Amino acid sequence: MEKFGEELTGWEEPYGMLTFTSDKNLNLKVLQFLFDDPELGFQFMTDLTAVHYPNQEGKELAVVYHLHNLKENVRIRYKIFTNIQKPDVYTASALFSAANWMERETFDFFGVNFVGHPNLKRILNVEEMEYFPLRKEYPLEDQKRTDKDDEMFGRD
Amino acid sequence: MSEHVTLPEGNVEKHTTTINLGPTHPATHGVFQNIIELDGETIVSAEQTVGYIHRAFEKIAEHRVPYQITTLTDRLNYCSSPLNNFGWHITCERLLGIKTPKRVDYLRIIIMELARISDHLICNSIVGVDSGAFSGFLYLMQYRELIYEIYEEICGSRLTTNMGRIGGFERNFTNEAFGKLERFMKEWPPALKEFDEMFVRNRIFMDRTIGVGPISAERALNYGFTGPNLRAAGVDYDVRIHTPYSSYEDFDFTIPVGSTGDCYDRFLVRDQEMWQSMEIIKQAYQKVQEFKGAEAEVYHADVPDFYLPDKKDVYTKMEALIYHFKIIMGETHLPVGEIYSSVEGANGELGFYLITDGGRSPYRLHFRRPCFVYYQAYSELTKGGLLSDAIITMSSLNLIAGELDA
Repeated sequence: MEKFGEELTGWEEPYGMLTFTSDKNLNLKVLQFLFDDPELGFQFMTDLTAVHYPNQEGKELAVVYHLHNLKENVRIRYKIFTNIQKPDVYTASALFSAANWMERETFDFFGVNFVGHPNLKRILNVEEMEYFPLRKEYPLEDQKRTDKDDEMFGRD
Repeated sequence: MSEHVTLPEGNVEKHTTTINLGPTHPATHGVFQNIIELDGETIVSAEQTVGYIHRAFEKIAEHRVPYQITTLTDRLNYCSSPLNNFGWHITCERLLGIKTPKRVDYLRIIIMELARISDHLICNSIVGVDSGAFSGFLYLMQYRELIYEIYEEICGSRLTTNMGRIGGFERNFTNEAFGKLERFMKEWPPALKEFDEMFVRNRIFMDRTIGVGPISAERALNYGFTGPNLRAAGVDYDVRIHTPYSSYEDFDFTIPVGSTGDCYDRFLVRDQEMWQSMEIIKQAYQKVQEFKGAEAEVYHADVPDFYLPDKKDVYTKMEALIYHFKIIMGETHLPVGEIYSSVEGANGELGFYLITDGGRSPYRLHFRRPCFVYYQAYSELTKGGLLSDAIITMSSLNLIAGELDA
């Protein structure tokens, strides 16, 4: 993009959907630009989620935005990476009301702290939960259960 | 007189009543909770609590092989599970680069439109029930039985169907399945017509639903609405037209669009969509009948890595035995990739965001669930309305708890 220049990196096009990355502090500016620019017009937020890559030092949590330009039927994917020690990301809920619950869900499962979100509480899990379930280090099943005998099933 | 009892501070000043339209309530179909603040009988605010039926699908999917994930997708929008199943299969086929033969596409379309009819008929009849008219629901559920019997002929189960495989179907449609489909095609239109006559120009129903829970097109788009709710607000976005999948471009159908986005418009949009689905089924059935000879026996694409081989080959040929073993044990690896693919579910754009890293199960699978995205707007839709309006808005939004939580 002419406006942002080198700040946008990671251009690729898996399966026909243009994907790019930028530094996490720019996310609102990029989203606003994608929203306002008359040629681009990405005014529909399809999805907001996160992915945990435990092996990338300093960039473990990726927040992924899927945007859609309904008039010209173009979709785009925008990723920002953030550090797991301090996962602060600016909230997009001022621009897209759809992001409100999607960010709560991302917070609930990954612990990404959305700065400026009106109501950042856990949405699908219980409020008292202390860990973030979808991160890779948390096992699928609760290891403290004593009533299940998995010896016959060979589960991992 | 006895001494006065002093109430705690702030008790008398509270002007609003808080009621809990709790997780188990006959009017909410599914388990989700609304805490509503009422001023008299007008709603001041509504706060939603979801997550009562969260089953950790996204976490489970990271440990499951593709054909096992189909069973998870059944339980998303359980009123129309074949749509979810085929959405997942289409995502995997796009990832693997498989092209399904036309007959498979047309058969899939027949099933998907049947699923759409079954979901919409539940939603519309429940709107009727919530406004007090119970008999419409009873008459239409009978036709849902017919649809279940068709599913049973094809895949064995009625509600959570786990239908099809990556590449097509498990078995060809039997003549009985086609017979049941013909019976449905004959008996359903008159029943829907009776339902229409009962509700569409009914004075009481119109008074209950016109102007209730409206939303403008801009707000709906900002909230991420898709599906019949968005079309009722006036935006004609339908994934079947925008990014056609499974040969939808070969069919001729219209997309009904409303104008104000209130409950009456949503009811009418769903009603018209059921008629359009019937048109698509008729066209698809005719096209399927046109396949003759060997082409009429095609029911899956050739994907040896993911589609189980025929049992008679497994018992006689070595290759088929090895493939069968590998597929069942889940040792066939998905190629590395990242794909977002969506289908038009009964409630809107059901999207699957799949990231694979070359292993046997996805690295990350995220379901973009339409209900979850548009339920956020509920407090805005009901503000200023009455309590009974809140109930009707909730049921006309077609919230299925399975899709809210996943």
